[in-house]
This record gives sequence, structure tokens and C-alpha cells, in this order.
Amino acid sequence: MAGEGDLKLLGLLVSPFVVRVRMALHMKGVSYEYIEQDVIDKGELLLKYNPVYKKVPVLIHNGVPLCESQIIVQYIDEVWPGTNGSSILPADPYDRATARFWAAYVDDKLFPAWLGILKAKTQEERAEKVKETLAVVELLEAALAQCSNGKPFFAGDSIGFLDLVVGCNLLWFEALRRLFGVTFVAAGKTPLLAAWAERFGGTEAAREVVPDADKAVEFAKKLMASLCSAPVANAS
Amino acid sequence: MAAGDDLKLIGVWASPFVVRVKLALSFKGLSYENVEVDLTSKSELLLSSNPVHKKVPVLLHKEKPICESMVIVQYIDEAFAGTSPSLLSSEPHERAVARFWAAYIDDKLVASCIQSFRGKTEEDKSEGTKQMFTALENLEGALKESCNGEGYFGGESVGFVDVSLGGLLSWLNAAEVMSGTGIKIFDPIKTPLLAAWTERFRELDGAKEALPDNDMMVEFARKRQAQAAAVVAASEN
Repeated sequence: MAGEGDLKLLGLLVSPFVVRVRMALHMKGVSYEYIEQDVIDKGELLLKYNPVYKKVPVLIHNGVPLCESQIIVQYIDEVWPGTNGSSILPADPYDRATARFWAAYVDDKLFPAWLGILKAKTQEERAEKVKETLAVVELLEAALAQCSNGKPFFAGDSIGFLDLVVGCNLLWFEALRRLFGVTFVAAGKTPLLAAWAERFGGTEAAREVVPDADKAVEFAKKLMASLCSAPVANAS
Repeated sequence: MAAGDDLKLIGVWASPFVVRVKLALSFKGLSYENVEVDLTSKSELLLSSNPVHKKVPVLLHKEKPICESMVIVQYIDEAFAGTSPSLLSSEPHERAVARFWAAYIDDKLVASCIQSFRGKTEEDKSEGTKQMFTALENLEGALKESCNGEGYFGGESVGFVDVSLGGLLSWLNAAEVMSGTGIKIFDPIKTPLLAAWTERFRELDGAKEALPDNDMMVEFARKRQAQAAAVVAASEN
């Protein structure tokens, strides 16, 4: 196991941003103390270590906090470079720029769209957000074709930065399917993503880290209740 | 200037995001072809180079496009790693801190400035102003951490965060002038280190090369405002 110093992660098990950081730590074989946070009623620790955003994940390395998941993942990759197999960012500057471009796109466009489905106050709003999410997923299908170049993952033969950034949203796609009956990644419409999603879910890191979608459904219900939305009928 | 290996920058002179890329190229001493485009009538080149966002800046390096200003700045730093200065430190924690503040500038400062100066209601604008000054206070703290306020966010020489914030200077100055509210963004009383940094930054050769002239920016903003007013007036007749 890599010498890691004192490493703590403040997180929320179902948060896609936390999932991607935990997967990165797993890929590097680094051990850490995981501390689950209440993100609705925020505690002292979170407010102390992330005063600017008050969000998870926060990685605390030898007492020094790091915030923002994409930044944390890059930090992990740089502190524990490891062998080629566990390199998260690609080596070539152009490939790195491409990965960062799409990662920014995913967090700017995909996450707010599907979160909007949960937060929607009316059926119309919800339908609009579903449409938005589907449009983004369609673009990601094209991105996958471009980035993978026929290989199994965005990063090539094994998972890398963009796989982590996109992949951590999959558990929520499944949760949204159970809550609202909507499907975002299907073999019919987005065949490359559908196949990639299976492979992503089958990786050791994903199997270790990604919680069952039921946990996300549970959290969604809590979140929606706290936002005073109308209760949701379960889609069977 | 070092041969830039076939670098083309697609942009518009007034865009702060384009200015960031120009700053990075200037600080690294890289030559490039500047391709000024018309955003009201987007060219094939722009649309094919940035089909996802259809925005500037786009950097073409040996015909391959890179988009998103700070992604481009990191690319320039990495592809031309042998050319000094390095905009990002080689130390992982310092890199993480720089990336954090650069992201913060885009998430919090830019949005709040826009709200402060262009908000639809007085309430909107006032909320924007409040958030803008909170963001500036946080950046003041960051500047103090990085060089005790004596140098730059990058330490003794400019770095990633300096480019991110520096790119905004002419745009912010114009917004300040146009608002007519008397609000001073880089107030020497509220954020003395930042105010001093803006002076220091503007003196750099790279900044003089890349930053659009303040008067030209105000002129440009006035013209745009007049155009927008004309459109409204025409639709009301």
C-alpha cells in the first residue's frame, strides 16, 4: 500500500462527486478514513474544512483540506502517480485538455440537468429537465466515440479521469429510473454508452465504491421532502 | 518570440476569456496568429472547432482545437512546459490550490459581477454586489496566502490564477464605468492587496500586450448598450 500520510475524506456515500474521489483513491490503493457527512444539516467539520463552498467531498491530507472533486482527483493522481495502469489523467497534453473539456461539460451541463429532475416543482419542469438530460447524454455518446477510439473506456484500455467523471452519475440514472421511470442510457439510443456503463460498473473500483441505487433513491426522497416537493409515487 | 509551432487563436478582442489565453501566450513568449471573428455571424471555422459550445476562445495547435479558456491555459502550460515561466507549480498541493481559485473566479466572481451590473431588478443587482464583494474578500485572502500580498497569486511570478483574474481586468473596469453607481470593484480600502495586485499586474509586459485598452472597452460597452436600446425602442414604436 502506498505511503499516504494522514488521509481523511469527508463525504456523502451517494454523492457522485464523492464516488469519483473514492474510486480514484481505490485505483491508487490508498487507504483513508471516511467520514460520512449530513449535507442537509451541515456539521462543524464540513464548515471548518470547506468554508468557501460547504460541500463534499473534502480530502484532508495531513491536516490540509482540498476541495472540488475534479481538483481532488487530479491531486490524487499527481501525489500517487503509480504505474501506467493506475494513471488517471492521460500523459499527452492534448488528451488531457480533451478530458478536462468534457469533464467541465459533464459537471456544468449533466449534473444540473438531472438534479433539476429531482428539484422540479411541476410536471412540466420535470419533463423539461428530462429532455435536457437526454440531450446531454446524446452528446456524451459522441464524446465517447471520439475519446475511446474503439477502446473499452473514455481513457482507453482502462478507466481514467473522464470515465470517473461521467461514470459516477450512473447510479443516479438508475435511481431516477426507479423514481420516475425515465431511462437515460439505453442500448437502443446510446449503444456505446450502454456498453461502457456495463463495463464501468464491472470494474473493481466501481464494485467497491459505488453504492446500490436504492441508497440514492432513499436520499432523493429525503432531499425532495426537505424541498417540500409533492411526494413521489414509485415507478415499479 | 519563440516559434509557436502553428498556433492560431480564434477570438474577439473584447472577451475576457480570450484575453486570458492571450495573457498565457504572452507570458510564455509564444507567437500565434490572431483570428478575430464575428460572434453575430459565426464562421465555419468557429463552428467546426467548437461545435459543443460555439464560443470563443478556441486555440488551434497544429490544426487541433482546444476550447474553454482555463483548459486552454493549462494546455499551453503543459504543451510548452519547457518554456518558462511555468504557470502552474510542479507541487501537487500548490496546483490544487491554484485550480481551486481559478474555478472559484469562474463560479463565483464572474457570475456575481454580471448580476451586480446587469441584474434585472435593484434587488438582483444588490444581491449580486454582495456576492461579488464576498468573492473578492475570499480572493484577497488567497492572495495573502500565496505571497503575503507582495507578489502574485503564483508567488514571485505570475501563475494560473493571475491569468484567470487578470483576463477580467479591462472587462471589469468597463462594467464599473458603465454602471454609474460609483462602486469600485478593486477597492483599496476593502481589498488592499487585490487593488495593489491590479496595478502590479497591469505593468507587466505580457499584460500590456494582451489586455484591451480600458477606453476602448468602455467605448465598446457604450456602443453595445446603445444598440440594445435601439432594438428596444424600435420594438416599442
